[in-house]
Amino acid sequence: MIHSLFLVNSSGDIFLEKHWKSVVSRSVCDYFFEAQERASEPENVPPVIPTPHHYLISVLRHRIYFVAVIQSEVPPLFVIEFLHRVVDTFQDYFGVCTEAAIKDNVVVVYELLEEMLDNGFPLATESNILKELIKPPTILRTVVNTITGSTNVGEQLPTGQLSVVPWRRTGVKYTNNEAYFDVVEEIDAIIDKSGSTITAEIQGVIDACVKLTGMPDLTLSFMNPRLLDDVSFHPCVRFKRWEAERILSFIPPDGNFRLLSYHVSSQNLVAIPVYVKHNITFREGSSQGRFELTLGPKQTMGKGVEAVLVSSQLPRGVLNTNLNPTQGTYTFDPVTKLLSWDVGKINPQKLPSLKGSMSLQAGASKPDENPTINIQFKIQQSALSGLKVNRLDMYGEKYKPFKGIKYMTKAGKFQIATR
Amino acid sequence: MSASSAFNDEKGGSSNVGEPEYGHDPASGGIFSSDYKRHDDLKEMLDSNKDSLKLEAMKRIVAMIARGKNASDLFPAVVKNVACKNIEVKKLVYVYLVRYAEEQQDLALLSISTFQRGLKDPNQLIRASALRVLSSIRVTIIVPIMMLAIKEAASDMSPYVRKTAAHAIPKLYSLDPEQKDCLIEVIEKLLADKTTLVAGSVVMAFEEVCPERIDLIHKNYRKLCNLLIDVEEWGQVVIINMLTRYARTQFLNPNMNESLLEEGGGEKAFYGSDNDDDTDDEEDKEEKEKKKTEATAIVKRKPYVMDPDHRLLLRNTKPLLQSRNAAVVMAVAQLYFHLAPKAEVGVIAKALVRLMRSHSEVQYVVLQNVATMSIKRRGMFEPYLKSFYIRSTDPTQIKVLKLEVLTNLANETNISTILREFQTYIKSNDKDFVAATIQAIGRCATNIGEVRDTCLNGLVQLLSNRDELVVAESVVVIKKLLQMQPEQHSDIIKHMAKLTDNIQVPMARASILWLIGEYCEHVPKIAPDVLRKMAKTFTNEEDIVKLQIINLAAKLYLTNSKQTKLLTQYVLNLAKYDQNYDIRDRARFIRQLIVPTDKSGALSKYAKKLFLALKPAPVLESPFKDRDHFQLGSLSHLLNAKAGGYQVLPDWPEAAPDPSVRNVEVPEWTKCSSREKRKEKKADKPFYSDSEGESGPTESADSASDTASGSESGSGSEESGSGSESEESNEDSESASEEDEEEEGKKKKKNVEKIKARKPVPESESEPSSGEEVKKSEKKSKPRIGSSESESEEDEDSESESSESEEEESEEESEEETKKKKKTTASKPPSKPPKKENKKEKKEMSLLDFDDFDPAPSPSQVTPLNNFLSSSLVTDLEGLSLTDNVLSPTTIVPSGNLKTYELLHRITGEGLSVEYCFSRQPFSPDPHMVAVKIQFTNSATSEAKSLHVEDAKLQSGMRIKEFPEIEVLPAGETVSVVMGIDFCDSTQAANFQLCTHTRKFFVSIQPPVGELMMPIFMTENEFKKEQETLLQSLGQLMGMNEITEKLTLEEKCQGEHAVVQRVTTAANLSRVPCGSDKECSPPVPPPPFPIHRFAGKTVTSGSLVLVSVVTKEDGAAQLTVNCEKMVIGTMLVKDILQALTQ
Repeated sequence: MIHSLFLVNSSGDIFLEKHWKSVVSRSVCDYFFEAQERASEPENVPPVIPTPHHYLISVLRHRIYFVAVIQSEVPPLFVIEFLHRVVDTFQDYFGVCTEAAIKDNVVVVYELLEEMLDNGFPLATESNILKELIKPPTILRTVVNTITGSTNVGEQLPTGQLSVVPWRRTGVKYTNNEAYFDVVEEIDAIIDKSGSTITAEIQGVIDACVKLTGMPDLTLSFMNPRLLDDVSFHPCVRFKRWEAERILSFIPPDGNFRLLSYHVSSQNLVAIPVYVKHNITFREGSSQGRFELTLGPKQTMGKGVEAVLVSSQLPRGVLNTNLNPTQGTYTFDPVTKLLSWDVGKINPQKLPSLKGSMSLQAGASKPDENPTINIQFKIQQSALSGLKVNRLDMYGEKYKPFKGIKYMTKAGKFQIATR
Repeated sequence: MSASSAFNDEKGGSSNVGEPEYGHDPASGGIFSSDYKRHDDLKEMLDSNKDSLKLEAMKRIVAMIARGKNASDLFPAVVKNVACKNIEVKKLVYVYLVRYAEEQQDLALLSISTFQRGLKDPNQLIRASALRVLSSIRVTIIVPIMMLAIKEAASDMSPYVRKTAAHAIPKLYSLDPEQKDCLIEVIEKLLADKTTLVAGSVVMAFEEVCPERIDLIHKNYRKLCNLLIDVEEWGQVVIINMLTRYARTQFLNPNMNESLLEEGGGEKAFYGSDNDDDTDDEEDKEEKEKKKTEATAIVKRKPYVMDPDHRLLLRNTKPLLQSRNAAVVMAVAQLYFHLAPKAEVGVIAKALVRLMRSHSEVQYVVLQNVATMSIKRRGMFEPYLKSFYIRSTDPTQIKVLKLEVLTNLANETNISTILREFQTYIKSNDKDFVAATIQAIGRCATNIGEVRDTCLNGLVQLLSNRDELVVAESVVVIKKLLQMQPEQHSDIIKHMAKLTDNIQVPMARASILWLIGEYCEHVPKIAPDVLRKMAKTFTNEEDIVKLQIINLAAKLYLTNSKQTKLLTQYVLNLAKYDQNYDIRDRARFIRQLIVPTDKSGALSKYAKKLFLALKPAPVLESPFKDRDHFQLGSLSHLLNAKAGGYQVLPDWPEAAPDPSVRNVEVPEWTKCSSREKRKEKKADKPFYSDSEGESGPTESADSASDTASGSESGSGSEESGSGSESEESNEDSESASEEDEEEEGKKKKKNVEKIKARKPVPESESEPSSGEEVKKSEKKSKPRIGSSESESEEDEDSESESSESEEEESEEESEEETKKKKKTTASKPPSKPPKKENKKEKKEMSLLDFDDFDPAPSPSQVTPLNNFLSSSLVTDLEGLSLTDNVLSPTTIVPSGNLKTYELLHRITGEGLSVEYCFSRQPFSPDPHMVAVKIQFTNSATSEAKSLHVEDAKLQSGMRIKEFPEIEVLPAGETVSVVMGIDFCDSTQAANFQLCTHTRKFFVSIQPPVGELMMPIFMTENEFKKEQETLLQSLGQLMGMNEITEKLTLEEKCQGEHAVVQRVTTAANLSRVPCGSDKECSPPVPPPPFPIHRFAGKTVTSGSLVLVSVVTKEDGAAQLTVNCEKMVIGTMLVKDILQALTQ
């Protein structure tokens, strides 16, 4: 399976290598660098690159390429999924997954990689188990370790791998028992120039932060489970129970985890929460173009639209812009031609707008490209699909936990065509 | 801090960049020294006694390794620390060792003994980690040691160690492939392992070592299918991929018929085009025959029945489509694609579309596979068309793949929407993507005739696009399209001819020239002019264009030599001196061919034919066509080239191989069924054996406690001392005889003998009942019967009552008192709790035993007994015998009537089958619980260990008293235990997990409403009183506590006995003796239409449940249920009604 792993930063340096079988020379990465050069954008490097003796499978996360070297047939998704799991684990351990964080914690990284793969085959990938094996570094522990020379490696050998609940460590204790669930929905949409929706769908996740003592057994039920068209579960969820009763029944892992991700089918008409009025014109022969953009809320169920950020890739012919926002700030990068406008909150009484002119290359014919507007926003305390958690019950433990559920709607890939 | 400093140090040392940082690093003393010296420093630290220094050194060394720096010269110093106590130092030493052992084999051997010691450690995790490191050291000399260790670990107690052993197998194999045979043995052994922990790893080993040994899978196939859902995600991927291959070799193609039909259809069309009309008689015989055989083949194969094992695989993998792991979802999807019947493949589409939300790398792989699938099964993804719409933010490689999918999905109905999408794509910034879009339009146009013209027009419009790339791509695509029907499009060709002035992209220019040359007859005026222009610019053109100019010249010369002769000469002359030899060659060749000279050969005659032959239109095909001969989801599929180690997905077999190979367990299964029969017999046994103590260990224990309890009760209650005990033994003997009786059929002679032998027993039996009866009817008799009471086994409250009776003189009061007492004592009603701690219950034990012994089909049995009784006893007891009759079969329902329910089927339980019944006996540890008797039968080949209950999911308020863990259940054995469940007087199911040492099963027990109560004994008067109080308790709301239903009794059911029987079977109630309110009158013949009354109370809350059945003429009857708990009342009415009318 996975032979070796190389971490490559954005400037093309290999800053970490790990081999699980015999050592593969780092020169194998030259093939990767070649492909990288050929690709116009960093994300256009093909995930799978064949070389004469090996195959390189890479993922790009946080501007670091994780390049796995494999020697023989293996499902590429297997490797990709595993690499992402590695990144998630790093993020979980160090808060961020940057080159600096990895370099600072190189020993922990090495220990983690050692536990996650055995002979190139995944061994322990559950964060709960890994945390039992290798304590995540905290500032306090780092200080203590430096002074006392003690370790990050768990004193006791973990039992989790052997238990029947492999995702949960044993002997969890908290003074405050709490369980929080965040229902986060992202709306993906493509809106055409006339404002009608071409496609819109809602993707949701339920992220949980469960800090409960002992072995609690939770059930979470929804008011309207039928909304969920397609779901995928954390392995802790009892599938049969869901099939039969549409109830999520599970023994949660300790700490943060993604309980469920779901999809609300496009058949259910998706309410688009914002609208954009736009007027972007270039006149033939003139070196000026007009730019007008107005945002407004629409079907937001009374909740405010916040953290609105508009970005658009303007045509290459645009030299500069001269725009006036009624609120927020806007920037235009003349090199990348990227316009971004940080709007903030939409006030329904006074709709934010961005108006002004664009200067074009003199003499050039009018650009015929089609700038699209990408919008990001957040709506607190509401799930766009209307999904509602009915109740959360705990069995198996005596105490009363504190329970909380939060809803949020975000824009996913929300795109508006202008011409 | 420490790690980072080490790292910085390292970085500085290697690249000389971070020099300023040096000063901050206190640990590296020899900062400015050479590498060699610094390593000395590390060696020193490693040799010190302090763990902290060692750790520091190891951290720095690991940081070096991570950077890819050579640290091999430290090997001797590091390897010394392999036995270090500090866990982290140890781990880091392991990391080092595994990295460098190969290079320093001799020194590495020093560490081996440490691991060998570790292999013997009592802690499984240490054993596992020792094996892990030992097997990771790539030193050939220790191969035998590794082999030994793996073999040992493969039979380790701990599944975790066995898992590690499975991991070690491919390691050893890669080190020394000669060990293959030995390793296969180990794999075979581990494949038989039943734990989910091992399954994934061993299949991985199988795939790496011996993927061709498909025969090893047979026996384990079903097990793997069943375990699959509980295996960890990575293991699932490997297993599913392997099973896909397996299924391809073992099962028949589920789409066999369809594919045959399809092929037939395809061929028909093919022949049809050849023959113009394929129904013509002109068809060759051969063809006819072929068709015939085909047809017969279809007919022959029509009754395709899917192998149940094939179905099992499909069924058990389906839930995994919901996995969060994209690799698992993809694995299932490819399994369905390759194995499922066409109609079922659709389920995977949704899951695959979901994956498109994931990281772009995942999207990339998924889209590649979707592209392949969408060619074969377009319908599957059509509903998700919009999910493949392209966003401006997608990376180009994703856009192109989405485009591919969209093109594959295009058909007559959706083409207009797709084309509209394409139009917006053409305006994109991303030129590569625009080019791909134009090609996609071209493909849509060729595939869908209806839109060809629209597409062509659209493409022609693109020719005036400002972007040259777009125009060029369009030209190329148009050229391909025009080839299909050039006649109608001379306008377009003319238009394109004009473009030669503007378009500079060589490929496009070449395409235009080719077009004009090819169709010069359609544009006879323009073509020579174009050639003229081209001849002018010939020297500046790209090679590819020059070649086409020569071609154009040649073609024009052949068709229109008058106008173009000179031009052609000119061009050929230019070409003759071109720098490119290809062009020079071409010019020379063409000159010879077309310009007739003396020397020219025979070929020139055919020049026209050669150049102006009709060329077949190009077929625009998806690059993903036929990629599905690679297993989807594989690396080979993605690269469209066979990767090393790829296992070819075999074709379906013509005829299914023997399916029984998977049945290696078949003899066992059949054994099982026979065993099950035996078990059924046995199932009755416990009831008998309880007292006889002849079978299982638990039962004997029970019986022991029985007798113990008897004696205990004797000592406890002075009055009922030895009497009860002796009685008990009597009863035992009686029951034994009764059992015999049953078993030997009703041989009369014996029967009589038995009855005679039993004579003293019935007397004692009837005596108490008579006493009781008397006592209850005339309340004064109490003190008198005191003595008889002590003997009485059947009187539930004998003890309390007797004591009560001694204290209380007043009749009424005592009556009241007893009633109350009854209520309280009734919580330990007459029935046999398996574990008796309570004295009173002890006393009742024997009675219960007796009742248990009362053989199952009691009606037939009991009646003769009663006949006998009535005949043998004095007449005034005759009426009482009736009570007796009522009491014995109803208060405690004969065990044989107990309905057993299945808790776990032996197939799902992997050989462990579990049944339960409501034993209708009080559960002694907690009187508010319903006793549930659970019977385990182990029909597997291996013993089941540590059967216990875990993880109960109960509705609020419900409680479970688990049965004590059954440590071992040997194969073929049956064991029953009793557990208590407090259902809170609701019929909600109690869900819990039944665990063995290897597995857990989710099971649930749902009680029928009749089991939520227990019988209490009361007289008719009491019954009526209670009924009244119940009715009045709610005062105004009279009807609330009473539910009345009219019904018609079936003929069979009209007898008194039948009614009683049915009611008591439906609900755990006791019969209220009828007619007893008639003041102890002499035995009256039972009234023609008697009223049957039954009493009981709910187990948890103790609410009274009163049931009366009033029979009338012609089987008409009225059923009345009084109960405080309305829900229970309503449900009970339904149940009893059903029991009576069926």
